[in-house]
Amino acid sequence: MATASGASSAHEDLGMTNAEYEAVCRTLGRSPSSAELAMYSVMWSEHCSYKSSRTHLRRFPTNAPQVIMGPGENAGIVDAGDGLAVAIRMESHNHPSAIEPKQGAATGVGGIIRDILSVGARPVALLDPLFFGPLTSAHSRLIFDGVIRGISSYGNSVGVPTVGGELTFDPCYERNPLVNVVCVGVVEKNRIIHATASRPGSLAVLLGSLTGRDGIGGVSVLASAGFGDVVEDKRPSVQVGDPFEGKRLIEACLELADRGLILGLQDLGGAGLSCATCETASKGGMGMEVDVTAVPLREPGMDPMEILVSESQERMLAIVSPDRLGEVKQVCDRHEVRHSVVGRVVPPAPDAVGRLRVQVGEPGERVVDVPAASLADGAPLYDRPVAPPATARPEAGEDPDELPEPPDPGGDLLAMLQDASYVYEQYDYMLFHSTIAGPGSGAALLRLAVPGKPPTAKAIALSADSNHRLCALDPRLGARHVVAESALNVACVGAVPWALVDCLNFGNPEHPEVMWQFSETVDGITEACNALSVPVVGGNVSFYNESAGRDIDPTPVVTMLGLREVAPAAGSQPWSMREGDHLALLGNDAPQLGGSRWAVDLHGKRGGRPPSLDLEFHARLVRLTVALAIAGMGSVSYLQDVSDGGLAVALAEIALFSGVGVTANGIADNKMALFGESFSRVIVATNDIGSLQVHAEDSGVPCRIIGQAEGGRIRIGGSVDLDLEDAAHTRRSRLQGQLTA
Amino acid sequence: MTTRIAVIVFPGTNCELDTVTALENLGATADLVWHKDTSLGGYDAAVLPGGFAHGDYLRPGAIARFSPIMDAIRELAETGAPVVGICNGFQVLTEAHLLPGALQKNAGLRFICRSVDLTVARSGSVLTRGTTENQKLRIPINHFEGNYTCDSATLEKIERNGQVVLRYLSNPNGSLNDIAGICNKRGNVAGIMPHPERASDRALGSDDGNVLLASLIEASTS
Repeated sequence: MATASGASSAHEDLGMTNAEYEAVCRTLGRSPSSAELAMYSVMWSEHCSYKSSRTHLRRFPTNAPQVIMGPGENAGIVDAGDGLAVAIRMESHNHPSAIEPKQGAATGVGGIIRDILSVGARPVALLDPLFFGPLTSAHSRLIFDGVIRGISSYGNSVGVPTVGGELTFDPCYERNPLVNVVCVGVVEKNRIIHATASRPGSLAVLLGSLTGRDGIGGVSVLASAGFGDVVEDKRPSVQVGDPFEGKRLIEACLELADRGLILGLQDLGGAGLSCATCETASKGGMGMEVDVTAVPLREPGMDPMEILVSESQERMLAIVSPDRLGEVKQVCDRHEVRHSVVGRVVPPAPDAVGRLRVQVGEPGERVVDVPAASLADGAPLYDRPVAPPATARPEAGEDPDELPEPPDPGGDLLAMLQDASYVYEQYDYMLFHSTIAGPGSGAALLRLAVPGKPPTAKAIALSADSNHRLCALDPRLGARHVVAESALNVACVGAVPWALVDCLNFGNPEHPEVMWQFSETVDGITEACNALSVPVVGGNVSFYNESAGRDIDPTPVVTMLGLREVAPAAGSQPWSMREGDHLALLGNDAPQLGGSRWAVDLHGKRGGRPPSLDLEFHARLVRLTVALAIAGMGSVSYLQDVSDGGLAVALAEIALFSGVGVTANGIADNKMALFGESFSRVIVATNDIGSLQVHAEDSGVPCRIIGQAEGGRIRIGGSVDLDLEDAAHTRRSRLQGQLTA
Repeated sequence: MTTRIAVIVFPGTNCELDTVTALENLGATADLVWHKDTSLGGYDAAVLPGGFAHGDYLRPGAIARFSPIMDAIRELAETGAPVVGICNGFQVLTEAHLLPGALQKNAGLRFICRSVDLTVARSGSVLTRGTTENQKLRIPINHFEGNYTCDSATLEKIERNGQVVLRYLSNPNGSLNDIAGICNKRGNVAGIMPHPERASDRALGSDDGNVLLASLIEASTS
């Protein structure tokens, strides 16, 4: 067996610490070969192993009757009734997008789609929460444009609609943008596929693209380290996407699944073939023998190590029975998808350890012989030091309460209106003809259906949410607010919060205050999910989001999946209020300016008091909102949660979406009432205020009338008076104006 | 006997299921037909649905025109049977020279997905026989290359012959004469950029596309 010469420095080049290298030697009882070392370095990277976060993530509530598959799998899966299950997964592609925005974002989309595909589900929706530096910077404009084009060109062509997302601008993302991607799939419950190789003698078939030298070390060198001054030399670590190959792979895999030809399925993402082979074998308690010479290559001269860790896109590993191989080939040939038997599942050794063995040819030199589980699950776990920051916020002079009253509240309101249609109209959000409410709505609402089969009566809601301003001020409270807001968003379209996935974007975990932010965030999400009875079914952690020594604000992003029992009748969604409707405010009206958009984005004041959150009350408000959305059909014409920008922004958006003005005299003329934020508030437009008040009282939720829908102006209190058309124009042209500035 | 319509699937096509559903909801029988098939025997009409045939590589429709099914499409068109291209299907029909002109990149050089207002320019084609001239329709578009272009002699000819079937009320992509859809001189081969199958259910916003699909079914039956 060949061993790496001078390995003590080789492992450092691969991003491994000395202690980790010694752990590998202990596991093997010898020094690793160069190929083995490369495999351990990617599988034990932060990105693949969650070694810094796993001890914390165990605190998430993951059990609920609807959960079919929880965290740690390719996708979370929940029961949606009617024999259908919904698969959902969320990931980050932050660092690739920082270096090569278009391909970074495109391959993020491609990767998340294959995660959903690997459980046998048809990918039916994408969401993209995006975070950039302000567009006043040329660098940010370049990244912004590339990311949008990447998502648009890949998502549209691969045939999965992009139905929602989020758009946030803040200087902390200037050099380290965040590109988070969510994919949702639908699968018949009895067709769910697992990523396991549990039958000896079955074959590992590599499907899809040729394997090249792209993306080598993507998860270790790129995703698990921060950025220094020079990033260009990391560009070869970014993969290149081919949506047409991805589309053929989707159709081929779904047909293979439909015909019952797949025993196990795993996508090749981070860590490539290393990951797919060791994880399927490890989960099945089996060993696997792989021949790297059977892997179809894009370029000659690739050595076994490169083949094993390449992150070339659009590849899947299918575990199939040898007697069905002919049928598998037939299906793949029809879809013009390349296929090659690269390995064989073997029983575990007498000591019950399934070994992953890699050979160069058959017979040929054996370059890898390791316990499969040691690669998949054997990474050392780190309980990194946790310490709250030395200087507690708010810092002096950072408290927005000390700001004077705004001289022109209408101008401040206009400055906070932003229409993301410039972005989402570059995405196909209508494919599969299920989109009841698409991007631009508080939550997307889709008919629950397997494309091509008759739709069910149900609908699913999806909302991706974050709030870095509050999380920077108080990570635990901020995380609770984020989950609470997401739940209220799906409730506003009549859906019961059903499951949550998260993407936790943080700075360098070797900084104790970052680990403190992380730990607090996990607790905040846990508390909110417990109070709202929502299981966490999956997630992703992205550390090392820092540049030039500065960590980003803690940015947990959550995506709430909601289930609506009866899809809305024609014409009732998306919401649109009618002239003459009453406007009422439901909830705890106790806003604060600390961490608000008005304070941070308009005035640069990042301190102050954040709003409190009563989770028990919030759960009641969520239930009332769902009931109003469904039972109030006919009388209720709009339900909108009050979030970023406070009541003024929420009222303006309702007016703009409906094309009807508002007069809201029931709001005081001060910065707190207009722009203060608290996240347990819902605005209701209704023509039956009496029954709304009865409903609210029965639920123990305060309700007060704040105005009505009328005319063509946005009038709030005595200080905001804007022409609806002018506001619509300003809102619509803001993004485009900044891009062409 | 219900009308049987072939919905052609190239690798990369993605609107085939939506198109089949919309046609079947209107009473037709619609089958998926793979691009490597060579016969459309037994079909009353063919639809080339939207998507990215062959990844739109080289140029949208440029590779699809060589797919084996295209000879059968040509033969079907010659019999006078309806052949309709939607979005990418329209691009394929122009590349195959079954329709004049070409679709180039949108004037803004960006992909556009949104509902647009259209007006019926000619009510006689296989897609518009159930409409009246100047009828207004609201139907989504979803394309990067929907900017219709042709030389001035061709433009003059298709306008004179009444081959323009749909026009944009507010031009989203730079198309000559606001053209959103055209047909051949005989009126049996038509291509449109808007997606009528995406406007086939009021619960999802609009059912204005049904009048076009119902026209196609009626034309296929007669």
